[in-house]
Amino acid sequence: MGLFSTLHDNSTSNLPRSALAEFQQVLQPNQIILDEMGRRAYETDAFTAYKVMPLAVLLPSSTQEVADITAIAHRFDIPIIPRGAGTSLAGGAIPIETAIVLCLSRMNKILDINTTNRSAKVQAGVTNLAISDAVSDQGFFYAPDPSSQLACTIAGNIAMNSGGAHCLKYGVTTHNLMGVTLVTSEGEILEFGGDYLDPAGYDFLSLIVGSEGGLGIVTEATVMLRPKAEGARPLLLGFETHEEAGDCVAAIIGDGITPVAIEFMDRPAIKVCEDFAQAGYPLDVEALLLIEVEGAPLEIDESLQKIIRTASQFNPVHKRLAKSDEEAAAIWLGRKSAFGAIGRISEYLCMDGVIPLSKLSSVLAKINEICASHKLDVANIFHAGDGNMHPLILYDANKPGIIEIVEKCGAEILELCVLAGGCITGEHGVGLEKRDLMPLQFNEMDLVNQMRIKQLFDPKWLLNPDKVFPIEISKVFQEEGSLASLRDET
Amino acid sequence: MKTEFTKRQLRNDNIQLANDIFRRCVHCGLCTATCSSYVVVGDERDSPRGRIYMIKDMLESGTVPDKTLTTHMDRCLSCFSCMTTCPSGVDYMHLSDLAREEIETHGPRSFYDRMIRAMLSSTLPYPGRFNVMLLLGRLARPLQPLLAIVGLKQMAAMLEMLPARRKKSPEFKGGGTARPKGQQHKRVLLMTGCVQQVVRPSINDASIRLMARQGIEVIVPEKSGCCGALDLHMGKVEKAGVHARRNIQAFKELEEQMPLDGIIINASGCGTTVKDYGHLFGSNKSLRSKKIKAEDAVKFSETVFDISEFLINYNFGTAQLWSDLKVAVHIPCSMMHGQKITDHPQTLLRNAGFTVLPIDEAHICCGSAGVYNVLQPEIATSLGQRKADHISRAKPDIVATANLGCLTQIDHHSSVPVVHFIELLDWAYGGPCPDGLENLKDRVDHLDQD
Ligand code: SF4
Ligand code: SF4
Repeated sequence: MGLFSTLHDNSTSNLPRSALAEFQQVLQPNQIILDEMGRRAYETDAFTAYKVMPLAVLLPSSTQEVADITAIAHRFDIPIIPRGAGTSLAGGAIPIETAIVLCLSRMNKILDINTTNRSAKVQAGVTNLAISDAVSDQGFFYAPDPSSQLACTIAGNIAMNSGGAHCLKYGVTTHNLMGVTLVTSEGEILEFGGDYLDPAGYDFLSLIVGSEGGLGIVTEATVMLRPKAEGARPLLLGFETHEEAGDCVAAIIGDGITPVAIEFMDRPAIKVCEDFAQAGYPLDVEALLLIEVEGAPLEIDESLQKIIRTASQFNPVHKRLAKSDEEAAAIWLGRKSAFGAIGRISEYLCMDGVIPLSKLSSVLAKINEICASHKLDVANIFHAGDGNMHPLILYDANKPGIIEIVEKCGAEILELCVLAGGCITGEHGVGLEKRDLMPLQFNEMDLVNQMRIKQLFDPKWLLNPDKVFPIEISKVFQEEGSLASLRDET
Repeated sequence: MKTEFTKRQLRNDNIQLANDIFRRCVHCGLCTATCSSYVVVGDERDSPRGRIYMIKDMLESGTVPDKTLTTHMDRCLSCFSCMTTCPSGVDYMHLSDLAREEIETHGPRSFYDRMIRAMLSSTLPYPGRFNVMLLLGRLARPLQPLLAIVGLKQMAAMLEMLPARRKKSPEFKGGGTARPKGQQHKRVLLMTGCVQQVVRPSINDASIRLMARQGIEVIVPEKSGCCGALDLHMGKVEKAGVHARRNIQAFKELEEQMPLDGIIINASGCGTTVKDYGHLFGSNKSLRSKKIKAEDAVKFSETVFDISEFLINYNFGTAQLWSDLKVAVHIPCSMMHGQKITDHPQTLLRNAGFTVLPIDEAHICCGSAGVYNVLQPEIATSLGQRKADHISRAKPDIVATANLGCLTQIDHHSSVPVVHFIELLDWAYGGPCPDGLENLKDRVDHLDQD
């Protein structure tokens, strides 16, 4: 047995013996987890409302091993749930009973850094922040910055097309990715894109991004590096009403100023984040905007002046500019740790809807109404600049029956987003959480076309099969190739 | 997270404590990224979140620890980097204490495993016995490769880590008092530790000299000794309690005779434990005695300072060394995460005229972690090499740290000489050149002082 070996013999797994024997041919004992307690550790991700124990967990360390595993699973018709760091808030990595989990956490090497091309090639299990850390000395960074960037993997970012606070200026994952190595459901290794910007032929890369591990397993990625701005400075603006804050965001964007980030927090969120980070957030306002601009010192001053001038029409009652790097870091720490910090006071369900900016304040008011009607508290914290909302519905997880109420409340909020002209997911993906809400957003034809694409890549529906599409719908489609029979029933 | 304890289970104090901890964890996974074992193993079971989840499962189901939980708790370094990262304030430290105690009493350990643990717990904390073991160890050293081959890797690791040569004997031995020459400002009790007295007594010597020079009266009580951390991390709570009671008793006796301004610790690993005596005695009724009550433990913990915390407010005057020596500072996990002291040693060294360099990935453990490098040699070695790589990239002349364990571990993996930062300070303010830095002597000049 090799390094860090553990293969416990108290296995209760139902993984077919013959399949196990084949996995053992291509993997070391310490890459196969069969014991009950071990499989339990992988039964859920950051969406803990659901949990299902997988048959086994496999920890490959190379693209070839991933291909071998996939080929074997394909032969035995065993579904595969790909997993990065398990930080999905939408249940993207939650297993099903008949599946194995394929976890990329050991594929965490940075393979190549090319500052001339401004690209970095990494194994897909590398964390988002590790890339920026590796190139920071040379004055570069990787732009998408989800709040979980410390822990979440590039594989997961690609699967969910993650964004982050700074995507207002730099775009989301799809705008920062140059190439991937993808292992198909049959175990074939494919390359899309490369370390150049515009690949010839169809842009398949964009199809892979956001496919939630359903089209293939991304094992390596070439990402774009951006030069760090000369400087950056956050500004805090506090308002007495949500409406004023919302209108202020719309006005700033409307003015043609592009800050790198505009983050919104309501009163409950401000309090929790302040308790955690002591960032000096004002506690007596209803809404707080965290606006960051970057560039050369003069550029920063100019943009800030413009923003402050625009904001003054909306009666900000609190105005503070970070004066030092430490102050700026503390201000961001509060925002970036918000989800965890809210965990200090309560369990929560984090929603992820998008709305047109112009509807911000009216949608916010309605969210509060919806939550109040279910007697639930809500904290609102989100990327206001691009209308990506993250209402956090607070609840007591130990209260029987509560999760159903919370989910109903969440569904109503997302329905509201769609009605307002937005959509049900901004950056967390659909996963398990929102699959049943897909018909809110898409009509039959849309869904059928999406499933056709999945079918092309994964004819046996083995890759993360239970995610994204409502179960009944995907079942009918798999059997009949269309949804006609569903339509007849209704 | 949701928990599933019955009302009856929750009547148990320990379960109640654990339940409160679980309820705070939102299973976000942020802690995995900075976990010293996860970064090298890459398995959820070797991450804080995975461990918390498995402990929860074990306690909820009311079963005893199984092999999986035991293996993965054993691989936890107690570095508590996870606690620095966790935005929810999950108290992993006290949860892991609980789990370890459960494993120690009901866990599935092999005879060999129990033997190694018993041996460590009955020799290391006692300088007399440890000295004998050192002697035997030196005789047995040729056996080391053999042990490694037959699979007794812990034994082999132990022999490998033992210091090869005998250190100079201490200048100040046993109990005693150092009274400063000039005006006396403060009076403190210095805990000299257990292994440290034997392996590198110069750390205590330097501490005493440095403080006495500052007008601090330093008392080393006859009865002082191991802090109990070794036993505590192996889940041997009762044995840890014996050490703790002895230390608290020594302090009480002294306190009754004369006022003390602080209990000083110069090994941050011990510091974390003694600062937690209050909690230890508060949550374990069986540890309290007629003489030692929970309040005594709380008072003790409140009086403890790491030596860097105590000295940071002192003005040392002009340093007597002129040098261009570059010092990379490794802040031990027990200091950074356990006591939240992140830059006092650097400040003190900078004030003394040294050039201080940071080390990348400072939040990750060096793999020493008490007796971890003996019990888990594979992970400890990976971490040791990782740390050594980061150190060499900083290109220092010297590595300074604040805990004996880290000092030994880094010394083992890195070619850069390693010292306790107190030894450097003592050197800069008039003490002797620290052990191992003899080659650097010609890089410094002494300033004449009147
Ligand atoms: S960071 Fe804290 S809340 Fe998040 S999983 Fe780790 S212990 Fe739990
Ligand atoms: S104490 Fe250290 S090794 Fe243990 S779980 Fe926390 S970070 Fe990991």
